[in-house]
Amino acid sequence: MRLSSLAVIISAALAAQAQAATIFPLDRATILAGSYFDVKVEFDQEIKPEDVNISVNGQPLQDTLKGDYQFIAQENGTPASTVWLRNVAIKEAGDYTLSVSEGDKESKVSWSVFASPQEQKAKNIIFFVGDGMSVANRTGARILSKGVYEGKANGRLAMDQMPYMAMIGTSSQDTIASDSANTMSAYLTGHKSAVNAMGVYLSRSEDNLDHPRQEPLGLLVRRVPGMKFGVVSDAEVEDATPGAMVAQTRRRGDKDKIVGMFYNAQPDVLLGGGSAYFLPQTTPGSKRKDDTDFIQKFTDAGYQVVTNNSELTSIGADTTKLLGLFNTGNMDGVYDRRFAKNEVTAKFPDQPDLTTMTQTALDVLSKDNEQGFVLVVESARIDKDSHPLDWERSFMNTIMLDQSIAIAQEFAEKNPDTMIVVTADHTHGIGIIGTVDDEKEGEMRDKVGTYDEAGYPNYTDADGDGYPDDLNVSKRLAVFYNNFPDHYETYRPKLDGVFVPAVKNENGQYAANEQYKDAPGAQLRIGNLPKDADSGVHAVDDVILTAQGPGAENYHGYMENTDSFKVITDALALSNRLQDESSQIPEDSVDFTPPSSKAAQ
Amino acid sequence: MFLIPIATAKTIIDFNQLYGSFSPLGLEFSDRVKENVGKEVVIKGFMAPPLKAEAQFFVLTKMPMSICPFCSTDADWPTDIVVIYLKKKQTFTQYNQQIEVEGRLETGSWTDPDTGFVSQLRLRDATFTAL
Ligand SMILES: [Zn+2]
Repeated sequence: MRLSSLAVIISAALAAQAQAATIFPLDRATILAGSYFDVKVEFDQEIKPEDVNISVNGQPLQDTLKGDYQFIAQENGTPASTVWLRNVAIKEAGDYTLSVSEGDKESKVSWSVFASPQEQKAKNIIFFVGDGMSVANRTGARILSKGVYEGKANGRLAMDQMPYMAMIGTSSQDTIASDSANTMSAYLTGHKSAVNAMGVYLSRSEDNLDHPRQEPLGLLVRRVPGMKFGVVSDAEVEDATPGAMVAQTRRRGDKDKIVGMFYNAQPDVLLGGGSAYFLPQTTPGSKRKDDTDFIQKFTDAGYQVVTNNSELTSIGADTTKLLGLFNTGNMDGVYDRRFAKNEVTAKFPDQPDLTTMTQTALDVLSKDNEQGFVLVVESARIDKDSHPLDWERSFMNTIMLDQSIAIAQEFAEKNPDTMIVVTADHTHGIGIIGTVDDEKEGEMRDKVGTYDEAGYPNYTDADGDGYPDDLNVSKRLAVFYNNFPDHYETYRPKLDGVFVPAVKNENGQYAANEQYKDAPGAQLRIGNLPKDADSGVHAVDDVILTAQGPGAENYHGYMENTDSFKVITDALALSNRLQDESSQIPEDSVDFTPPSSKAAQ
Repeated sequence: MFLIPIATAKTIIDFNQLYGSFSPLGLEFSDRVKENVGKEVVIKGFMAPPLKAEAQFFVLTKMPMSICPFCSTDADWPTDIVVIYLKKKQTFTQYNQQIEVEGRLETGSWTDPDTGFVSQLRLRDATFTAL
């Protein structure tokens, strides 16, 4: 919708008046033509349907939008009514205004429905997410991996060599801040969502699974005959970022249900950690609360199931559906897996690298594929290590992401109809400010060099694997997070295992972890977050997105994360290729239909 | 630190001795655990932040938990935990204080009726002391 300044003034004036209702999708929503969504109108009092007027562009709601209509006189047992219209799809692009009037009260929202261009520019999309990847991660990975000398980087990362770039805003429906659930959901549905939610708007519904739904990219791809999709992550595959490809829930913690949502969507490739939510509750290691055996269900559905690197690298060339689960929980980070001689990976010693998972996913997805694919690859521990202020591990996982991007770029060279996007879901408050030099005199803080005192760090990469040979060199990067709980700053990498900055005390507050107190020169840093914060938090700062390939030229300037969805669907000409009904949902799919909507049908 | 067992030699099971094998398709209890099911054993570990200040149920972990999975959807329990049902209520200790728990070893899937928490390894009728 082209909002004139007059319209802005009018809607601002309306906001001051009594509102008739809260409406979902929200005002200013951008919606892919043909994608499914739910309309929900929440009144703040009990109403009779005949007393209100709901219209779309001036015409009665039910004459304009087709969907499953339901009127609830008292939602959540309180005297407040709700109107639902579920499974709506608008095929005609244009501006739509939904108005609700009741007596002299009125509310309205405007949506912009966009259709894809006729010409399909890209056959394949490879979407990389460095979870929590901030500018410092890109800079730090470049310094550790390539080196820097006399003011110039000695080399470029793969993600540095992409021609298009945008600044991405990551705020949420309910807050200026964000988490991985709603931000990844925004990339993959084109709609904003709320913290902890994916594939839904946050409404006043009590049931996690009964909020107004949006259609994520995985489900859209399933409606394009012959098209494939894959999800690769070193987190649990049912964690927020990978899960957002298929999930529709208000709580990312519904991991057992998200596994079921993956099963219903039948991704062609699904690789990562998190097997605990696939195992029936009777199996030691399971985190399910029922007896469903999803390993068995995927196997029965024709999936090849692999559980370690040797199995992953020896799958048959005829593999078309692949499930790889390499850890019961999150997979371990690249530093502990490949370089540290520590205890971290003792339980699962043969976990694959993100590069191997990326290469295998590309091999399986691209084989005999006319209709193309969407592959999402996440380096999850960039974030999971930044939370506990463990920047060395976070940077190492950034290098691993970059090496996976290089593999995708090789694929794109042979398949030029491939668009590659590299972005983050949100940032952390992290900055590189100089070096820490053991040769300097004094306390540890006196060894921090800034400005001309910083000089250059002395990391080496003698074996040329793109990773520093040693993180604990005598002159290393000085990196600090700008928000933290109480903790001991050691100015040194934690080689034995991921840093645990704070632990809860008997008052329920997080206190500095005494385990690091006796590290030479350790210095107590009093936190600047509330005392119930266990670790560092996400920043509201913009994300840097880089992209290459056909269609990627539409990334530029400042964009909302939701705007990226249009760039991708435009490149794929997706709205022209959608079939109405999903024909590929398995017969024994898991039922997530909330009770109230079943009643409506 | 190395503790020498005293006269009434109790069966001490180390956190590293709970499982004989790890696979994404499921863990297997160690022979040491299997041999001691139904018997009194001692396990040392850390008390995870419990739901209430005084309760008869808590989770024992190998390392101090920096996060409370009961409180945060973002967090999750480590794989190797032991659920402790106390003989009688005890006031909880600091979470970074190592404790020694003695109780009757039990295996098999069990859903706590109050919290819905599912566990596969428990100590029943347990008591604990701070170390
Ligand atoms: Zn995070």
